Amino acid sequence: MSTLKNSTLLIADVEAFPKGVSLWQDGWTRLRKNRLAMLGFFFLALIMFLALITPWIAPYGYEEQNLRLGATPPSAAHWLGTDNFGRDMLTRILYGGRVSLMVGFIATAVALLIGVTYGAIAGYVGGRVDAVMMRLVDILYALPFMIFIILLMVVFGRNLLLLFLAIGAVEWLTMARIVRGQVQSLRQQEYIEAAISIGLGPGAIIRKHVLPNVLGPIIVYTTLTIPNVMLLEAFLSFLGLGIQPPESSWGVLISYGVESMEEYPWLLIFPGLALAMTLFALNFLGDGLRDALDPRTSKD
Amino acid sequence: MIFKCKSLKKLVLLFSLGLLAACGGAQESRVEQGNRDGVLHFGNGSEPQGLDPHIVTGVPEHHIIQALFEGLVVKNPHNLEVEAGVAESWEISDDGKIYTFQLRTDARWSNGDPVTAEDFRWSWQRALTPALGSLYNYMYSRIVNAEAFANGETTDFDQVGVRVLGEHTLQVELRDPTPYILQLFDHYSTFPVHRATVESFGDPSNRLTRWAREGNLVGNGAFQLTEWVVNSHIRVEKSPVYWDAEKIQLNAIVFYPTENLVTEERMFRDGQLHFTGDVPLDKVPVYLRDEPHLIEINPYLGTYYYMVNTTRPPFDDVRVRRALAMAVDRDLLVSTVLEGIVDPAYAIVPPGTLGYEPPRLFNYDPDAARALLAEAGYPGGEGFPAFNILYNTQESHRKIAEAVQQMWNKTLNVGVNLVNQEWQVYLDSQQNMNYDVSRRGWIGDYVDPNSFLDMFITGGGNNKTGFANARYDQIVLRDAPAALDREERYRLFHEAETILIDQMPIIPFYTYKSKHLRHPSLRGMPANIMDYFNYKYVYLQAEE
Amino acid sequence: MWRFIGLRTLQAIPVILVVITVTFFLVRAAPGGPFSSEKAVSPQVKAALEAQYNLDQPVLQQYFTYLSDLARGDMGPSFRYPGRDVSELILQGLPITAELGLYALLVALVIGTLAGVFAALKPNTLQDYIPMSLSMVGICMPSFLLGPLLVLIFGIGLGWLPVSGWGNAAGDKILPSLTLGAGYAAYIARLSRSGMLEVLSQDYLRTARAKGLPEHVVIAKHALRGGLLPVISFLGPAFAGLLSGSFVVETIFQIPGLGRFYVQAAFNRDYTMILGTTVFLASLIVVFNLLSDVVAAWLNPRLRYQFRK
Repeated sequence: MSTLKNSTLLIADVEAFPKGVSLWQDGWTRLRKNRLAMLGFFFLALIMFLALITPWIAPYGYEEQNLRLGATPPSAAHWLGTDNFGRDMLTRILYGGRVSLMVGFIATAVALLIGVTYGAIAGYVGGRVDAVMMRLVDILYALPFMIFIILLMVVFGRNLLLLFLAIGAVEWLTMARIVRGQVQSLRQQEYIEAAISIGLGPGAIIRKHVLPNVLGPIIVYTTLTIPNVMLLEAFLSFLGLGIQPPESSWGVLISYGVESMEEYPWLLIFPGLALAMTLFALNFLGDGLRDALDPRTSKD
Repeated sequence: MIFKCKSLKKLVLLFSLGLLAACGGAQESRVEQGNRDGVLHFGNGSEPQGLDPHIVTGVPEHHIIQALFEGLVVKNPHNLEVEAGVAESWEISDDGKIYTFQLRTDARWSNGDPVTAEDFRWSWQRALTPALGSLYNYMYSRIVNAEAFANGETTDFDQVGVRVLGEHTLQVELRDPTPYILQLFDHYSTFPVHRATVESFGDPSNRLTRWAREGNLVGNGAFQLTEWVVNSHIRVEKSPVYWDAEKIQLNAIVFYPTENLVTEERMFRDGQLHFTGDVPLDKVPVYLRDEPHLIEINPYLGTYYYMVNTTRPPFDDVRVRRALAMAVDRDLLVSTVLEGIVDPAYAIVPPGTLGYEPPRLFNYDPDAARALLAEAGYPGGEGFPAFNILYNTQESHRKIAEAVQQMWNKTLNVGVNLVNQEWQVYLDSQQNMNYDVSRRGWIGDYVDPNSFLDMFITGGGNNKTGFANARYDQIVLRDAPAALDREERYRLFHEAETILIDQMPIIPFYTYKSKHLRHPSLRGMPANIMDYFNYKYVYLQAEE
Repeated sequence: MWRFIGLRTLQAIPVILVVITVTFFLVRAAPGGPFSSEKAVSPQVKAALEAQYNLDQPVLQQYFTYLSDLARGDMGPSFRYPGRDVSELILQGLPITAELGLYALLVALVIGTLAGVFAALKPNTLQDYIPMSLSMVGICMPSFLLGPLLVLIFGIGLGWLPVSGWGNAAGDKILPSLTLGAGYAAYIARLSRSGMLEVLSQDYLRTARAKGLPEHVVIAKHALRGGLLPVISFLGPAFAGLLSGSFVVETIFQIPGLGRFYVQAAFNRDYTMILGTTVFLASLIVVFNLLSDVVAAWLNPRLRYQFRK
């Protein structure tokens, strides 16, 4: 009689315990609680949606000029004003967003892929291999990046894909360095040694143990890289190496705006705001993700 | 967190102190100080390549060399009339081919040596020596056998039409009577250099020697070189041994490399410059409206145009070229993008150049343009390949190109891409005929229509369009130089230019205007069509 | 420790050699020679010019000539500025860029680290949000936007600070340093914050506190060390970035530094100048990375043992 009673109690007790949660589920829950991060998330979603449907919602053509109109401040016909050629700024900012976001994400993805793989391997394996790999990074770092890009642009012609690759090919270096540094310090942790001792191969260890713990800095640095890439693209376009008119990106719009900043400030303010807010959103989201995914800052 | 707060407070304190120290209250501006000291602060565009008159080719270099050296003649900045320079007088033979110059006996080099006729002869030999690689040696081409010597066809300089008749007498023999030849002797490529100095630093034909550096340079001009910090400034000071030293009213000139127009304009506003080399387009209407006494816009002997690569289809069809030319609304372009400061051009020679009027063969006519394009086989722009407009990276070229791209797109329905390259690559592309349509600007080297027309002779170094017309060559190279009077000469030029515009290897856009910002204290620098400065006339008068 | 340094220094040499070689051939491969100009160049003139600059030798021979000259410290004459040596121009521009970079780095380190640590101490509060939002502004503003804005406000509007130059007028070093350092301050703020956050949750800090150490000692002696680690790793790339960032700042503020020379050389295809500055900057970067690694290793003793394996 007593045993049966005990069993019933046990089952009821078990159901009263909370269910186990994976790192990611826990992360998502915590992320949701972070107001700023969610704000950033939704803003980004909005921007990306707008970028996607731009061809359908833009009020004018982005290259449509109205020379006699020239630059005008915001009005009913042109919500965000017009530029020197009489082109509608709202349209140009929308289209510019498409380009900027594309460049930002794709180039960062390229950098991420190469950089993380490279850095993880170097940091994990250590020793000779690490030394050689990092020397390679140093060499590439020291290469005159401008010449490299100029050459690429000139030899292979100007196209967007090449721009992505060129920028990504430069950004991965820093990613690799940071990842390698993190992996290196993690490598010394006991649980890694434990994993090795139970026979896990390096690939599995990197995937299951190292990378998730390195993810925090990776995410932070990625959200830092995207804006960096977008600014890099702006700088290149500023020099005349990037996006060609009449196309434009936020970076180009900003550089045009700087030229006329005193006479026509709206040419700078609106693209600047667009870029800044997107970057804010990315950063808040990145921060939120980092806090959400770091098991050590978990509240329980 | 006491630790945090303390150091944070300290930092803020230090920072504000630093800022306060930097503020320093209202200081005297550089311009005001310059007015007191007689020092002119001049915004000069890019950093000069060098100061050797036989090597350099740009306008910024020209401005400085003009202060440090002097040629046989100089020009009056008010009317661009030739005046005595090192040569105090000259005689022209009856057939107009022999010029005999009497050099003044008190002309001195900055180290005190006298300037002699032999100095000129030696300098011109140096300039024409092929090994030196002077890019301006064609300036001498009107002198007998100068071209032959420059090409290496002869190595005997005695064959060249330059003779020293006495210590201060120089005789020059020309191939034909050339009315503008005296102007060429004010061009820096014909300036003398100090033989002993040049030779003491190595082979005169070696471009890499240091003779044209601060501390080494010896010149015969109104000023001497005292300081040259690359990318920072170049300072020249009044030369006490210059033959006309009493006439010089400035004590020194400081030239600043100001490539970025926007920064240059700010420096001007900040009271750091008396004079700027250019003005950003956006600022032009602002100054015209708010401070018109500070901005100067004047006719400038130059034409802005697009070159067309006539060796590349479909641009080998003259109808296509004419269609492109007629589809550009120059009036609209000028009144909007160019802020109304320049004048539209429909020919290569600026109207009124020494009294010459170019032909006018076409107008803005979109319908005719479309008809021509259709006639050429591309009705409604169908089938016309997308092509590139090439320009060198600069804000104003970009603005013009974007507007033109749109015009061609809308009017002719052709696809146009813009390609901008930095200066060196851009020039190379042109040299190698690696372009479809390219932006170009040409400033006359001397005031004469020939300075523009002789570009387009067959195979001419500055032609690069593939344009080749035998009749044109005949007129420009043989008939016009041999013309008996100006009327006949201009009639011939008119005929040649008609051929050129009819064939349209170049699409003219507008005639240049020079634009500068000038501080009211700067006097004696009147505007002229060559944007020529003669520093002897310049003085600074602080405002009351 | 010394073995570590020694080994790393030795490893730096082939790096520099590779940099020289790759740059040399890249530059040669790029179209656009150094003698283009508006006025036409006849073939004879071009040939003469090329002879003077050794461009008529076969490329491989040019390469070895360059290497042997370099070993003697001769970087050759500049193509763009005849009569001036590359080494001379570098030495002229270097102190200026170094000073600019130093001030910018100081701005970045001081403001950034303080802000980041400050924020990390009270995460998710106003003390965290304000510095982090400000640092976001620093990241989102390109220097060619921030510079002109600062000039507009402080130079033209308020008239407090000069708009250009370096070392000419009092206070003209402030705006350029701020402009250049702002972006890096932002980065460093975020890195130090995330580093500090990681460290602050570590157990050994709990131990230190349990031992009765006052809070500011805990932070200063234990937390900062670990928290600054990512900042140290970042210094290497930061240094490289400062050098290329200096170009924009040097142009906006008309500063005659190395960054401006460097890019002008690229635009002008000034071969020797490009090579010279690249070699020079490469060496600097390598040295700086080495220093950065050494300091990181000193802060994290476990890394030092890597080479003992």
